[in-house]
Formats: sequence, structure tokens, C-alpha cells
Amino acid sequence: MASPLPPYASPQQRFWYYAFRVICGLIFFYLIFPILVIIPLSFNADNFFTFTPKMLAFDPDGYSLKHYQDFLTSPDWQQALRNSFTIAPVATIVATVLGTLAAIGLSQSHVPAKSLIMAILISPMIVPLIISAAGMYFFYSRLGLQGTYWGVVLAHAALGTPFVIITVTATLVGFDRSLTRASASLGADPITTFFKVQMPLIMPGVVSGALFAFITSFDEVVVVLFVGSASQKTLPWQMFIGLREQISPTILAVATVMTALSVVLLITLEGIRRRSERLRGLSPS
Amino acid sequence: MSSATDSMAPTGRPADGIMRAADGTPLKVSIARALRREKLRALLLILPLLVFIILSFVLPIADMLFRSVENQIVSETIPRTVVALRDWDSRSGELPDEAVFAAMQADLTEAFEAKAHTRLGLRLNYEKSGMSSIFRKSGRPVADLQPPYKDGFIKIDDGWGDIETWVVIKRASPAYTAGYFLAAADLEQTSQGIQRVPENERLYIMLFGRTMWMSLLITFCCLLLGYPLAYLMSHVRRSTANLLMILVLLPFWTSLLVRTSAWKVLLQQQGVINDTLVWAGLVANDGRLELINNQTGTVIAMTHILLPFMILPLFSVMQTISPTYVRAAKSLGASDWTAFWRVYFPQTIPGIGAGAILAFILAIGYYITPELVGGTQGVFISNRIAYHISSSLNWGLAAALGTMLLVLVIILFWVYDRMVGIDNVKLG
Repeated sequence: MASPLPPYASPQQRFWYYAFRVICGLIFFYLIFPILVIIPLSFNADNFFTFTPKMLAFDPDGYSLKHYQDFLTSPDWQQALRNSFTIAPVATIVATVLGTLAAIGLSQSHVPAKSLIMAILISPMIVPLIISAAGMYFFYSRLGLQGTYWGVVLAHAALGTPFVIITVTATLVGFDRSLTRASASLGADPITTFFKVQMPLIMPGVVSGALFAFITSFDEVVVVLFVGSASQKTLPWQMFIGLREQISPTILAVATVMTALSVVLLITLEGIRRRSERLRGLSPS
Repeated sequence: MSSATDSMAPTGRPADGIMRAADGTPLKVSIARALRREKLRALLLILPLLVFIILSFVLPIADMLFRSVENQIVSETIPRTVVALRDWDSRSGELPDEAVFAAMQADLTEAFEAKAHTRLGLRLNYEKSGMSSIFRKSGRPVADLQPPYKDGFIKIDDGWGDIETWVVIKRASPAYTAGYFLAAADLEQTSQGIQRVPENERLYIMLFGRTMWMSLLITFCCLLLGYPLAYLMSHVRRSTANLLMILVLLPFWTSLLVRTSAWKVLLQQQGVINDTLVWAGLVANDGRLELINNQTGTVIAMTHILLPFMILPLFSVMQTISPTYVRAAKSLGASDWTAFWRVYFPQTIPGIGAGAILAFILAIGYYITPELVGGTQGVFISNRIAYHISSSLNWGLAAALGTMLLVLVIILFWVYDRMVGIDNVKLG
């Protein structure tokens, strides 16, 4: 159906060939359109959520940056932005350091109770967020961590580690163990071997794991709603409250900024993936 | 381990028949020691994260499981009454004797000073409505009561003269209770045993049913939309496939809140979709479609959010299917449809299974999107859990509902693990 149409195709086959592509086009439209449509809408000069006649006529008066201005001047959004950028990096560092060490440990050939350990370490990714949020809310309030900065960082770091483990383990699968032996035989101690030999080779996995952990924390809203308090509100928290209570077009401006950030992350990740494939000789191109 | 093997050659085979390493220890011992060291090193590397996850994640979950049965508040707040009630037969049809009332007077006086009596009332209110007001009303006056306490209590609130009140207190006395789980299954403990709650109060079974049914519908929609895309992507040139992959990954990487806000904007009555339909004349201006704050909204938005999770496993399976099978089928006279349905489709079933279970697991635990676009008819069990944590403060019931959801997810994941293997989870 989708492979190149042979010259002997019957009219019916021709019809299906094109119909199939149209259907796929429509599905791609469904996937992408909602993300793209908020970009022009965020430049709306009025407080509407639809295209005004002026916008459709491409009248410059129909467009403005006022929602972006609002985002950059409103204290609520500024606090949320600050919180997001103080919580996510710390959670990412904790998740990446612990996750990388554990992934290296897990990739050794003799690990007792490996599948049990793996199941525990991956569990934050499997358990529905609302359940994690409920459990953390109950437990952290007992410890006095509920509503604190460190409570949110701990929770986000826990949610991010499975991604680090998965990405780093994937790079370690192709890791040649004789390299560390060679390094040891040349007189390097284990720490030198780790930083000079192993680390540079598994770096792509570590970086993409860190990006996953960052985006997990940066996008996370359910856990922060419960574990955090008003002074830890992050961008997604503020968006959630905004969408639920008093929906204002500023949200569209924030959404556009966040989409731009995701695109940057996606491009970075794709670059890392290609580089690592080239380095490991997986694809000749 | 390597040092032991290397040193075998110079040592050779000694006279006593035991192979020895360079330092003279038997080779077996030496290898075992090296193995132990290796295991220890691996465990030491894993340990920090394991401790971290147990402290920050596993214990909280365990705490939630514990809270779903924990019930120490009653025996802690009114300890004397709990002891005194042990001798009272709740089926006797008579009120407890004066000793119980005296114990209650002493307990409530203390509880009032510690301001714990309203919390206890709230707790007992989950068992029987009206209990909360009895306790709230009795807190202050109880301290001044003089014997006989029984008449004094009944004068403060008629509720104390009702046998049911005492039945509820006695039933709620044990330190652990199945009451929250019963409530989560729309059941209640009455004097006639466990019964279903009255029809108009049944909620959770319906909500679980709706969560399951809508998650299935969403999974099916994802499959319906994801299959053709994965098929197309695995049958075009590699460069085109990479480009299409980016179109799939972009929504995958875009913030959940961004996508939900987009749908909130698009689906409104005054939103882009309705405006377009009115402009195209498909819908009258006064007959704009209700696409949001109902089940339709939840299905449209969640299918969009979960679609990449369906496409990625489908695509990775379809990529490995050799085109020669379909060609062979066609050369043997199969029509396009038969070749697809009888030869190609069965080979994609592992991908369908993996994608469907993944999408279903993610769907049944969703909270944010149903909360924002689901209205009252399109919400899931998660929304009810959140409601009990932050609004009604019935944490025990929230924990019981959470436990039930967790068990469901673990069963599904076990199936997923058997089918796909948890190690094969791939990202992007």
C-alpha cells in the first residue's frame, strides 16, 4: 500500500494508495496541529482563544506581544519560572549521578537479585503519578518535607532516575569491557579508568538520560501539586491552576515558550543519538 | 577473575592435584573470592540509588498501603471507651451501660482539651453520616457533666441515645479496618453484615468501570490512528521515515500541559474547531458542538497525548518485518487485503500488544487531562483520589482507592513484562 506504486497497479490499487496517504496525512495533522496552532494564537492582540477577523486578514493590529509581556512582568509567572529553574536542575543532577552509578553497577555480569533491584529502581516510572503523589504527600508530611523545596527536589529526582538508568544501560550494552581491562593493565586505578575511559564513551547515554530527567521534572505537575506548596509552584503548576480557574491567553505565550524549549531538547537529543551511533559505528552514514 | 586465570600457566598442576593461584591459594577459592569482590562492587554502585529510591519512593507507597487499613485514631482518642465497649453486645438491642458513658465522658473531656474530638467525629462520619455533628456538639458541654452520665449525654445530643451510634463506635474501634476498602467497593458494614450502599450513593464501582472503559476506548483510538502511521513510516525511504519520526516525537516531547491547553483552546464552544465548522457551514452558529468538559473531550485529548506511545513500539516491530513474506503471499495469488490481513498483520501483533498495554496503563492512571477537559462526566478514578486527598481529606479512602488502582497497574505491568520485557523499554 505504501511502498512505491508499481506501474501495473489497478485503478483500485491506485485509489487505495492515495487514499491511504491522505488518511495518514490527516492523522499527522491531528498530531501536530494542536501544537502549532497555539503559536499564532499566542500573538493575539485580543483576549480571545480563536483567530480574530483581524488576524485572519493578516492585519498587524491583530497581532501583539502583550501576552509575552504579561508573562515576563507578572510576579506569579516570574516566580513560577524561577522555581522551575531552581528545582529541575538540582533534581536532574541528583537523578543523573545516582542513576549513572547504578546503571554501571547493574551492567556488571554478577549482580545478585538483579531483576528485583531493577523492578524497584524502575518503579517510579511505572506507578501512576497520582499514586506516587498520594504516597509522597502522606509520607513527606510525616517527615515535615511536604511543602518544602527539598521535598519537591527529592520527589522529582526519584521520578527522573528510571530514565537515566534506561538510557545509560542502553549505551553500556555496547560497551567493550576489555577497554577497562586494558586501562587497568596499563596501571590506571579504577577511578582514573572510570573518568578517562568509561565516562567519555557512555557520555551520550548520560546526557540523554539527564535531558529526560530534566524534562520529567520540568513538565511534572501532579506530584508538585501535592508535595509542593504555593511557594514551590512551578510553570506547569501555574498553567494548571490557570487552565482550571481563570484561563488567560498568557498561558498560550507560556505554552509557546515551553514548546520552543522542547524543540531545542529534541534537536539536542537527536544530535547526541546520531553522534553516538557514528562513534560506535552502528550506522556508516 | 582475570588475574586467577592468567596465573594458571606458571603454576601448572602441582603434586597434590589442587590447582593454585600465584599466591598459593587454591584456584577455586581464589575465583570465588574474585567473584564475591565483583558482586560487592556492583552492589556498592547500586546501593546509593537503591537507598534513595526506597526512602523517597518505596516507603511513601508503603505508607499509602498502610494508611488504607490504618485506624488507630479511634483507640487513641477514646481509649477507655474502646475498652469498656468490649463487653457490650451490640446485638442486645440495649444501650451500653453507665460505665461506658463514664469512660466516654473522661475520654471526650481529654479529647476536647487536645482538640481531637472533631477529627474523630470526622473519621466516624465516614462510617455513618451525622456522627461528626454529635461529636462537635458534645465536645464542650461533656466536661461539665455529672453522673448519671447516660442521661446527661442524651440531653446534649439525641444521637447518644441511638444504638447505631454505639454500634458504629464499637465497629470502628480496632486498630485496623477494612472499612476504606469496603467504601472503595461501594460496600458498607451494617448491623446485617456487609451490604451494598444505597443505589444513589454508589460511585466507585461505576468510576472504576468508566476509567477502564474509557481507557480501552482511548487505547483503541490510539491503535486505529497509530497503526496506519507506523505502517507508512516503516514503508517509506529511511530519510522520509526520520522526518515523519520527528513529527511523532515533537508531541511526545512537548509538555503535557501545553498539549492539554491547546485542546482546551481548540475544543471550546468559541474555539477554533467550532469556529471553523460554523464558517464552513457544517454546524449552525447556535448549535455549536460540545466538545469539552465531557467524555468526548477526554477521549480526543488523551488519544492525542498517548498516540506516540502506541506508534513507537508498533514502528519498531514493523521495521523488523521482512517485505518478502508479503511478496511471497502475493506471488502465490493473495489479494492485497489477504496478504495484509493473513500475512502482515499477524506479525505486528507483538507491537500491538506492547503499544496497547503501555497506552492502557498510562491511560488508567491519568489525572491532569481528565481534570482539565473532562468536566464531571469525563473524570477518572485518579481525580477522585486527588479529591479525597485535597478536598474531603478522607485520606484512608484515597489510600484504598490508590491501592486498588496500583494493584491493577501492577498486574497489567506484569503482563507487559512477560510479553515485551521491562528491559526492552525504549525511549525516543
